[in-house]
Amino acid sequence: MNHTPSWDSKAVLEVINDLKHKPGALLPILHGIQDSQGYIPPAAVPQIAEALQQTAAEIHGVISFYHHFRTNPPGRQVVQICRAEACQAVGSRQLEAHAKEQLGIDYHGTTPDQEITLEPVYCLGNCACGPSVRVDDHIIGRVTPEKFDALVEELTTQAVEVM
Amino acid sequence: MATKIYVPRDTTSLALGADEVAAAIQAEAAKREANIELVRNGSRGLFWLEPMVEVETTNGRVAYGPVELKDIPALFDSGLLEGSDRHPKALGKPEELPYLQKQQRLTFARAGIIDPVSLDDYKAHNGFKGLRKSLDLSAQAIVDEVKTSGLRGRGGAAFPTGIKWQTVLDCEAEQKYIVCNADEGDSGTFADRLVMEADPLMLIEGMTIAGLAVGATQGYIYLREEYPVAHQILNEAIDNAYKANHLGKNILGSGKHFELEVRLGAAAYICGEETSLLESLEGKRGLVRAKPPLPAIVGLFGQPTVVNNVLSFAALPFIMSQGGQAYADYGMGRSRGTLPFQLAGNIKQGGLVELAFGATLRELVEGFGGGTLSRRPMHAIQIGGPLGAYLSERLWDTPLDYEAFAAIGAGLGHGGVVVFDDSVDMTEQARFSMEFCVAESCGKCTPCRIGSTRGVEVIDRIRAGSNVATNLELLNELCETMIDGSLCAMGSMTPIPVQSALKHFPEDIPADTTSTHNAEVC
Repeated sequence: MNHTPSWDSKAVLEVINDLKHKPGALLPILHGIQDSQGYIPPAAVPQIAEALQQTAAEIHGVISFYHHFRTNPPGRQVVQICRAEACQAVGSRQLEAHAKEQLGIDYHGTTPDQEITLEPVYCLGNCACGPSVRVDDHIIGRVTPEKFDALVEELTTQAVEVM
Repeated sequence: MATKIYVPRDTTSLALGADEVAAAIQAEAAKREANIELVRNGSRGLFWLEPMVEVETTNGRVAYGPVELKDIPALFDSGLLEGSDRHPKALGKPEELPYLQKQQRLTFARAGIIDPVSLDDYKAHNGFKGLRKSLDLSAQAIVDEVKTSGLRGRGGAAFPTGIKWQTVLDCEAEQKYIVCNADEGDSGTFADRLVMEADPLMLIEGMTIAGLAVGATQGYIYLREEYPVAHQILNEAIDNAYKANHLGKNILGSGKHFELEVRLGAAAYICGEETSLLESLEGKRGLVRAKPPLPAIVGLFGQPTVVNNVLSFAALPFIMSQGGQAYADYGMGRSRGTLPFQLAGNIKQGGLVELAFGATLRELVEGFGGGTLSRRPMHAIQIGGPLGAYLSERLWDTPLDYEAFAAIGAGLGHGGVVVFDDSVDMTEQARFSMEFCVAESCGKCTPCRIGSTRGVEVIDRIRAGSNVATNLELLNELCETMIDGSLCAMGSMTPIPVQSALKHFPEDIPADTTSTHNAEVC
C-alpha cells in the first residue's frame, strides 16, 4: 500500500508550545505528539528541534532510543504481548507464536488491512496473572490463544461498526 | 443508608474484568432498587481472587471472589448486601484470609482497604501523620530518624537510604530534587505498581518527607509508560493532594513547599538505572552516566538529587509516624524492616506478600503460593527480575535477606519471584536473558552492547549441541568480561541469570552432537 500519512501540524505545534517551557521537555513533547497523532511525524522533528534549541539529530536520537516512540503510523489498534519471564512461565511463547500466525505478521508489523499492529512489550506488571496483553490503555490477563482470537475478533468488528 | 461495595481498580483487577463486574453490580442493584455506594479501591494483592468484591457490614467487611459476571445475580440472591456467606464465592472477612494474616504489612497496610485517591480515607487510616510530624522537625532530625530505621533502598541495590539523604542534605545548592524511580521494569514485580494504584498518597507523603529532609522543593515521579492505570490514579491523587494543600506552596501552613509531577518513560528498561533515568528526565537518550559523581551530588540538571525507589519512599510515612526504631524492629541482621515480595509466573496463588526479612524462599512459594498454576512440579525460581538468578530446588531454603542471597550468588533485587514448572527449558531462559540485554542495552559500553549479541549466538550453538564444552567455556569468559567491564548493572548482571541457569540446571544442557564419540553413540 502506498500512502502518504497525513498529520495535523497545527495540533503538533500546539503540543510543542504547551510543553516546551518545562524542564526536560522533550519526552513530554514526544508523548504529547504521539498521543495526538499516533506517531511522531518525521517532518515534525525540525519544529521540535527549533522550539527546544537543539539539533534535529539530537531529537531523532532520542526518538530512536525509546521503544515506545514510532515514526510511522500504526494500525488502528496497537496490540502488545508481554514477552517477559513471568508471562513466559505461563505460556506467552506459545501465545506469541499463535498471534503472529493468526495475524500473519511479525512483531512491529501491521496487518495488510491496517487494523492491527503487533508489538512486544517487556512487562506490564500483571505478572501474577499472565500471559498479559495490552490494547491501548487496557491490560488483559490470562490470555490464552482462544482468548486472543476473541479479542482480535472484537477489535476488528468494532471497526466495521465505526465505518 | 447505602451499602458500600468495594470493587478494585488496579491493573490486575481490571485485567481480570473488574470494570465489567463493577458495572454489572450497579446494574443489578438498580434493577433490585438496592441502595449501594460503589467504591473503587485498590487490590489487597491477592491476585488469584481478583476481582475480589467486598461489602461493608456492621460486622466489618466481607469478601467474595474471584467474582465473574455470571455470579452477580446469584450473589445478590444469596445476600451479598448483607455480607452473607451462603454463596460459594464468599471468602469471609478479608483480613482473616490466611494469606493476609501471615504477612507483616507495614507498607501495604492500607492497600485494598481505602479509596486510593481519597485524602479523607487516607487520613482515617493513619495517613499524613508522618508528614505532620516531619513538618515540625529539622531536616537533620528527619534524616536521623531514617538512619535509625535501617531502611535500605528497595529498588534492588539496597543502599542505606539515610546515608544517601545525608549526602544530599550536606550539599549546598539553589535547587535540589527528589526523584522517584517508578520504572518498575523487572518482570515478576508489581509492588511499586500496587503502591501507586492502591495507596498513592503514601508515595506522595513519602516524597514530601524526603523533600523536607534534604531541602528539595521539586519532585518527579518517573513512571514507566507500560503502567497506564498507575498513571491515571497517581495523577488523580496528586490533584487531590494539591487541592487540600498537602502539596504545593506553604504545605498545611508550614511555610514549606514541595511540588510534584509525574513524568512518563517511553519503554526502555535501562531507564530504571538511576543515572539513565536522570538523563531521560532531562529529555535525552537514556544513556548510563559514569559514577562518580554520585547523583546525590550531581544529579538531575546537575543538582543534588535523591533518587529512590517507590517502596523506599513508601516506607517513610510509617518510619516518621511510628519512629525509625519501630521499623528497625522488623527483619534480621542488616536487612531491617519488611520487603514486599511478589509471587508471579506459574503460581497458583500469585500476589503481594509483605514479610519481614528472614523467611525462606520455600516458605514463600509453597506456603503462600500454593504450588504451580499448571499443577506440574515446581522446577526453577527466578528471583530479582531479569537480572536475577535462577535457583533450583536445593537452594530454596535460603533465608530471604540481602546477605544470605549474596552468599549463594543471587540477589533479592526488588523482591520479584517468578516460578517455572518442569516444562521450562533453562537454556532457553539463558538465551532470553542475553536477548533481553540486546534489546535493552543503552549501547554506551561494549561488553553490554556487543557481549549480549555474542552471548545469544554462543548459547544458540550450545543449544544446538555444537561443541558444547568449548562453547560453555567461551560463554563463561564472555560473562566474566561483561561482569568486569560493563558500566552498569545491565551488562554486569545479565550473566547472573545466564550462568545460574546453566550451573543449577546442567541436565538441560544438550549433549554434544559434534564430537565423533557422541556421533557413534547416536
